[in-house]
Amino acid sequence: MRTIPISRPLAAAVFCVSLGLTAGLASAQSAIVIGLQQEPTTLDPTSDATASIDGMLTQNLFESLTTVNEAGEVLPQLAESWTVSDDGLTYAFALVRGATFHDGTGFDAEDVVFSFNRAMAEDSVNPSKGIFAPIESVTAVDAHTVEIKLKRKDAFFLFNMAQGDASIVAPESVDQAKTTPVGTGAFKYDSWTRGDRLVLVKNPDHRDAANVALDRVEFKFIADPAAATAALMAEEIDAFPGFPAPEILPQFEADPRFNVVVGSTEGEVILAINNSKPPFTDIRVRRAISHAIDRDEIIDGAMYGQAVPIGSFYPPHGPAYVDLTGAYPHDTDKAKAMFAEAGVAGTTMTLRVPPFPYATRSAEIIQAQLSEAGIDAKVENVEWGFWLEEIYKNLNYDMTIIAHTSPNDLSNFARGPKYFYGYDDAAYNDLWKRISEEADPDARNALIRDAQRHLTDQAVHGFLFQLPQLGVYKAGVEGFWPSRAVLFQPLAGVTVN
Amino acid sequence: MGYFLFRRTLSFVLTLLAVSVVVFAVMNILPGDPALTILGIDASEDALAALRDQLGLNEPVLTRYALWVWNAVQGDFGISHSFGIPVAGLIAERLPMTISLAVSGMVVTVILALALGITAAANHRRGGDWAVMFASQIGIAVPAFWLAMLLVLLFAVKLRWLPPGGFPGWSDPVAAMRSLVLPTVALALVQAAVLARVTRSSALEVMRLDYIRTARASGYSRARVLWRHVLPNALIPIVTIVGLQFAALVTGTIVIENVFYLPGLGRLIFQSIANRDLPTVQALVMLFAAIVVTANFVVDLLYLAIDPRLKTRT
Repeated sequence: MRTIPISRPLAAAVFCVSLGLTAGLASAQSAIVIGLQQEPTTLDPTSDATASIDGMLTQNLFESLTTVNEAGEVLPQLAESWTVSDDGLTYAFALVRGATFHDGTGFDAEDVVFSFNRAMAEDSVNPSKGIFAPIESVTAVDAHTVEIKLKRKDAFFLFNMAQGDASIVAPESVDQAKTTPVGTGAFKYDSWTRGDRLVLVKNPDHRDAANVALDRVEFKFIADPAAATAALMAEEIDAFPGFPAPEILPQFEADPRFNVVVGSTEGEVILAINNSKPPFTDIRVRRAISHAIDRDEIIDGAMYGQAVPIGSFYPPHGPAYVDLTGAYPHDTDKAKAMFAEAGVAGTTMTLRVPPFPYATRSAEIIQAQLSEAGIDAKVENVEWGFWLEEIYKNLNYDMTIIAHTSPNDLSNFARGPKYFYGYDDAAYNDLWKRISEEADPDARNALIRDAQRHLTDQAVHGFLFQLPQLGVYKAGVEGFWPSRAVLFQPLAGVTVN
Repeated sequence: MGYFLFRRTLSFVLTLLAVSVVVFAVMNILPGDPALTILGIDASEDALAALRDQLGLNEPVLTRYALWVWNAVQGDFGISHSFGIPVAGLIAERLPMTISLAVSGMVVTVILALALGITAAANHRRGGDWAVMFASQIGIAVPAFWLAMLLVLLFAVKLRWLPPGGFPGWSDPVAAMRSLVLPTVALALVQAAVLARVTRSSALEVMRLDYIRTARASGYSRARVLWRHVLPNALIPIVTIVGLQFAALVTGTIVIENVFYLPGLGRLIFQSIANRDLPTVQALVMLFAAIVVTANFVVDLLYLAIDPRLKTRT
């Protein structure tokens, strides 16, 4: 038998190379590339409302006092426990010990006080400043205890404190939060190529580092649905938790390389009606619109069947949900008669639609349905900046289509006549006040059910469907939440096999 | 020549000034509020007011414009409203991507178009001519973004020869060039189709002239006559179109960068307009305008190089 002589150094080199390869493979196993449609312009969740900042960084790079699990239940985070006074106005948070920020500075009660005072300050640009409004004062009792006093009871306080808007930042590093964020989370900032990708790496010093499987997380920004499809198909991307195109899902479902997971978001999609503008001040007109629309047809046509209908303004997966989809059964003749009775039959109504596929697609179907009921609906596609200014700020519209993706947003209807719904209802305002002050979960859920019934009865909007969470994952990727009660997605529990 | 340069420089400055007025006016007339875009629909009134104040949006429009011009003259293009960093830095980190794409697109366009156009002219009213004309007709009819998607489906998804998009940066030249191939082809094929037709008709025009017949009659080979005599004399209209096409290529990157998710200026301007990020849009449009004006200037200089007779006229 002939042997091929190998010199010793060469053999050693070969060995090293193969070792290097295996090591390379082993580390490649714990990296993930996640596709995102929306690219943020800054990385600070406490000064920018862009949802993808929360999606990437909240509870991953940044942490808050509390956190929320997949079901929406509040859990400890930087506060390891808390007590609430009997009157429900004073919260004492015991903070975790030994936590550090990624730049090495220690975390203590002063950081919490700083973060809250910054969010509550007069010149604060926090996008959800309203969630801090009930707070009277924040004080550091000692290095590891913070006391927060409220002006009024707030049933959603602990839940709100888990959101990215309430991320705990440090005075030493907050100035660079927009470009190179520093937090206390399980992942830390590595690099950001604007327009392309954001890379996070595991924080080995995190108190829970042993339970974090991923060493490296790369977020890749791909706005175009066709490009996102190609990137997944070419296996450049491991996960696309918010896949933008329901029509392409069957293609992934048929491919054994991928798992498709259809869940729910907090986004109620509504045909919003300007309640302050005639003829929509007339409840008969609003009810007629509700009768004219056929949700099943809209869901089939606009979402390719991938959505759950709603009859009011509350997500079907929530604990206080009541099914009110039968309140205004689709009935074109009835709608026609009601429009005639209100004296608007044959008139023109405009439907100004923002540039989101769910909205533009739904608009065409609703236009056809309204036209069957004798209303000439004119669809105007507008750009997002225009929508914010003209529809949202100036209430210059008849109808529009929009998803409200914040949790607990039944409060929108109590925001007064200046809010773009143009809805002003003392009875509802009172109901919402009672909801926000009710500490007992069962009693609160009963009130939330009343609120849903009230809004349906008033036919404030056409309630369409719950925006689905469409996830496409490479086989072997586990741990992403199918549905989300919040905007963030903790990556500590995500694994790649 | 001195007067020529002076006139050119003056029109360059005036063009940019006009562009800046138009952009400023349009961005201010256009409904939209940068503060609202950043803070979203849950923002409170006082947070919006605080942000508007920080961004300097409470100043009168004319004051803001004057301030912008004053700073721009000194080379300071301001701080992006939405990114919160200097616009100059934002553009600098994206410029290499867009320039790489536009230049590679131009090179491929010119090579392809000259080769095909001259071939078609040389085979006038024969198979080669018909084939080029047919292919270029399709090239003109096909939109670049659609061609881009087909290329991705075939070469990235099906064959897996090339990446479907993204740009790794020039630190890895091989990977960078690989990721430029499909976007370049998508950009160049459509432009080359136009240019090939111009090359063909311009070459045909020259081929009818007496001195070409004389050259052939005096025994020069077909190829030598084509490349030495026909092409140089057919260049003027070709160069004119190339100048226009370079502008089209630079703006064409806006679409192509979105299809191939490349981090270039096209995606930046897209995002900045949506965010009502006036300082960024202003600087980018000025940059695009400067590129177009410069391209035209280079074309004029090329005329002089190609046709020395023009020198006496300027």
